[in-house]
Amino acid sequence: MYSFDPTEEQQMLIEAVNKYAANDLRPAARNAEESGELPRKIIAKGWELGLLQASIPETYGGFGERSAVTGALAVEEMAFGDLAGALAVTAPSLFATPISLMGSEEQKREYLPRIVEGEWSPYTAALIEYAFDFDPNDLKTIATLEDGRYSLNGEKAFVSFAKEAQALLVYANLDGQTQAFIVAKEAEGLSISEEREKLMGVNALPLYRVKLTNVKIPVANRLGGESGCAFEQLLASMRIANAAAAVGVANAAFEYSRDYAKEREAFGVKIAQKQAIAFMLAEMRTEIEAMRLLMWEAAWELDTGREDAVKDAYLASTGAADMAMMVTDRAVQILGGHGYIRDHPVEMWMRNGRGFAMLTGLAII
Amino acid sequence: MSIEFDAPKPVANAQFVLKTVAEEMMRPNSRYFDEHEHEIPWDYIEFMHSAMKAMGGNSLAPREPSPSSPPPEDERHRDDGGKRPPIGYQLIAAQMEALSWGDVGLYHCLPGGGLGAAAVHAAGSPEQREKFLARFHGDKPTFAAMCITEAGAGSDNSAIRTRATLDEKTKEWVINGEKIFVTGGDKSFTEYEKLGRGFIVVWASIDPAAGRAGMRAFVVEGGTPGVRVVKLEHKMGIRVSDTAAISLVDARVPFENILGSPTVDQNPTGFKKAMATFDATRPLVAATGVGVARAAFEFLKERLAEREIHIRYGLPRQKLTSIERDVIDMEIMLKSAWLMVIKAVWMADNKKPNALEASMSKVRSGDICTKITQKVVEMLGPLGYSREFLAEKWMRDAKITDIYEGTGQINRLVVARQILGYSGAELR
Repeated sequence: MYSFDPTEEQQMLIEAVNKYAANDLRPAARNAEESGELPRKIIAKGWELGLLQASIPETYGGFGERSAVTGALAVEEMAFGDLAGALAVTAPSLFATPISLMGSEEQKREYLPRIVEGEWSPYTAALIEYAFDFDPNDLKTIATLEDGRYSLNGEKAFVSFAKEAQALLVYANLDGQTQAFIVAKEAEGLSISEEREKLMGVNALPLYRVKLTNVKIPVANRLGGESGCAFEQLLASMRIANAAAAVGVANAAFEYSRDYAKEREAFGVKIAQKQAIAFMLAEMRTEIEAMRLLMWEAAWELDTGREDAVKDAYLASTGAADMAMMVTDRAVQILGGHGYIRDHPVEMWMRNGRGFAMLTGLAII
Repeated sequence: MSIEFDAPKPVANAQFVLKTVAEEMMRPNSRYFDEHEHEIPWDYIEFMHSAMKAMGGNSLAPREPSPSSPPPEDERHRDDGGKRPPIGYQLIAAQMEALSWGDVGLYHCLPGGGLGAAAVHAAGSPEQREKFLARFHGDKPTFAAMCITEAGAGSDNSAIRTRATLDEKTKEWVINGEKIFVTGGDKSFTEYEKLGRGFIVVWASIDPAAGRAGMRAFVVEGGTPGVRVVKLEHKMGIRVSDTAAISLVDARVPFENILGSPTVDQNPTGFKKAMATFDATRPLVAATGVGVARAAFEFLKERLAEREIHIRYGLPRQKLTSIERDVIDMEIMLKSAWLMVIKAVWMADNKKPNALEASMSKVRSGDICTKITQKVVEMLGPLGYSREFLAEKWMRDAKITDIYEGTGQINRLVVARQILGYSGAELR
C-alpha cells in the first residue's frame, strides 16, 4: 500500500523536534556559526529529545528500535533549525548506530548503555578523507591484519568532535572492502589535528583531521567482530540522513524566502505577487517535495529490507544535494542584496547547502 | 497510518498486465501512426474495446466510465470486507503511466469517455450521469471529448466567447462558437460506423456579463446539426490522437443537456467544478509524462548496456563519466516525479484536498519528461535523431505534457497561489 502520513508517534516526534529546532537551534545558529561554537546547553537539550535512545533496544539501555523513516523525519526537522546544530546533537549516533545495527554482542554491551544512558557525550566516526575523488567504497585508509591485530594507517578528515571523543569508529579499507573499527581515544598512533577544519559552512561544528599511524587494535574491535559489517547498509543510512538534512535546510530557506517575499514591497506590490518570484518559489517547493519523497522511499526500503535501498539512498542523497543547492541559492536571490548580508540566515543556508555533496558521513539515521 | 511505498496488489497487477498490452498492441503501431497522421487505428481501438469488456469494465479501470472521472467505490479489490482504503485513482495513474510507456498517442485513442465523461461526472446530475454515461458500456467503442479552448482563450479559459442562448419557444439551447484543440473531438462527434454515438462537452457562456458565473457546459451529441469538425490539426507529436477544431453554428441542444444550473446564480459552481476536474486529472496527465519519459530512459539504458556501459551507482560524482551522471540525474527525476504522482492520487483517493500536490506533480512531470526525452535523443546521437528508433518520437510526444491540462506556467501559478495563500486576484 502507498501511504504518506507519518504515524501518530512520528507526528509527535516531528512536533517535538520542530519545536526544539525553531526555539533553540535556529535562534542560536548565527552566533554559533560566527563564533564556531554551539552552546553545550543547547546540544544537551537536543539530546534529551531521545532520538538515538529511541532507536536502541532496551537491552542496551535504549527504548526502541531503529526506524530509518523515523530517523529521516527527525533529521529533516532538526536540520530545518540549523544544520551544524543537527550534526552536533546527533554526532554520537555516528558511533552508536552502526554498533547497534551491526556490532557484536560484546560491542553492543560495552558501548551502547554508556552512550545512551547518560548525557550527551562526544562519540564520533571518521569516514571522509581529504581528496577530491574521495570514495567511501575505496578508502585510502588501510586496515591490515598483523599478528592477530588490525593495524590502521591513513588520514581522515571532517571528523566531528574528534578532539574530545571518547572513542571513534574509523572506516578503513580491509582487502578492498570498507570496514569499521572501534578506536579508543588513547590508542597509540592516533593523532588529532590541533587546528579545526576550516570550511565554507557548518562552522559551529568542530571538525578535525585525524591521522592513524600503525594504530593497533584487537580483532574484537572490528565492527561486527570477525565477520565484519555490511558497510553498504551503513552507507545507505548515512546517505538518507544526508538527504533528510538537505531537505530540512532547503525547506528552511524556502519558507524564509517565501515569508520575506510576502512582506517585501516593490513597485507597489509584494514581490511574491510578481510571477518572477512566485514561480521561483513554486519550483523550490516542488523540488523539495520531489526529493523528500525520494528520501522517504529509500528510508522505507531500508526499513523493510529491500535491495533497492542502497541504490535509492544514493539517488536520494545525490538528488537532494543538488536540490538543496538550487533552493538555497534561489532563497538568497529572492532576498536580493539582503540575502547576501549576514543579518539574514539565507546566505548561511546557501553555504551549508553546497556541503551536502561532500558531507555524507557526518550524520546517520 | 504510516509512510509506505508498496504498490497495492491491483496496481502492481495492472502494471504487469499493461506492459504486455503496451508491448504487443502499442509499440508495434507507434511508428506507423506517427507517419500516417489522421488515420484511425481501428484494429487497436477494437482490440482494446473488447479487451476492456472482457476485463469486466468499460475501461481498463474497474467500472470506470473514463480514466479521468472519479472512481466509484471499487468492490473488485475489496476481498477483505471493505476495510482497504480506496485506490481507484492510484490504479488509473498506474494504468496511464504503463500505457503511455507503450504510446501516449495511442493511449489517447483508448475508447471511453475521457475528459467529456469526466465533466459530466463532475458537473452533471445523477440523471445526467446515467443518461450520458451508459453508452460507454455498449458493444461498440465510444468516445467523448471536452471542448473548452478557443482561438482567443487558452490558459485563460474564462475568456471563452462561445454563447448559449435559450430558445424559449422550443426550450432548446442554441450554441454558437468555435472550439479548438479538442482531443478526440473527431472520434467523439463524427458518426463512424464502427463507433457508438459519442458526445462532446462544450463550454459556453449563458450570460457574458456574468463572467465566470455565466459559464456552463453542454452535452452536444455526436452528429448534432450545425456542428462541424472543421479541421484536424497537424501536430509535432501524439499524432495518432486527433485534435479537432469544431464549429458550432446555431447548434440546437435539448434543455436538459446543460450541466449545472440553467440560470446565472451568485455561485459560480459550474466553472469551479470544471476547474476541480483538473485537480483530479492533473496528476493523471503527469502520469502519462512519466510513462513517456520512462520509455525513453529504458531505451537509453538498453542501448548503453548493449555497448557494455553499465552505470556505476554509488560512485562519487567526481568519478562518474558524463554519461553516468546524466543517467543518474534522469533516474532521480523519473523516480521522484512518479512518487509525486502517486502522492497526489493517493490524496485524491483518500479525499484529501490535493490542489497543491496535483499541480506540483504536473509541473514536475512536464519538466522532467521534456528534459529526459531531449537528453536521451542527444545522448544517443544519430540513433536518437533517427526515425528508425522511437526516441525522437518520444521527445516529440513528451512536449505536450508540459502544455495540455494546464501549461507548466499555469501550474506554477496554481502552486504559487497555494503556497503563498494568494487568490487569483492577488497573484495574476
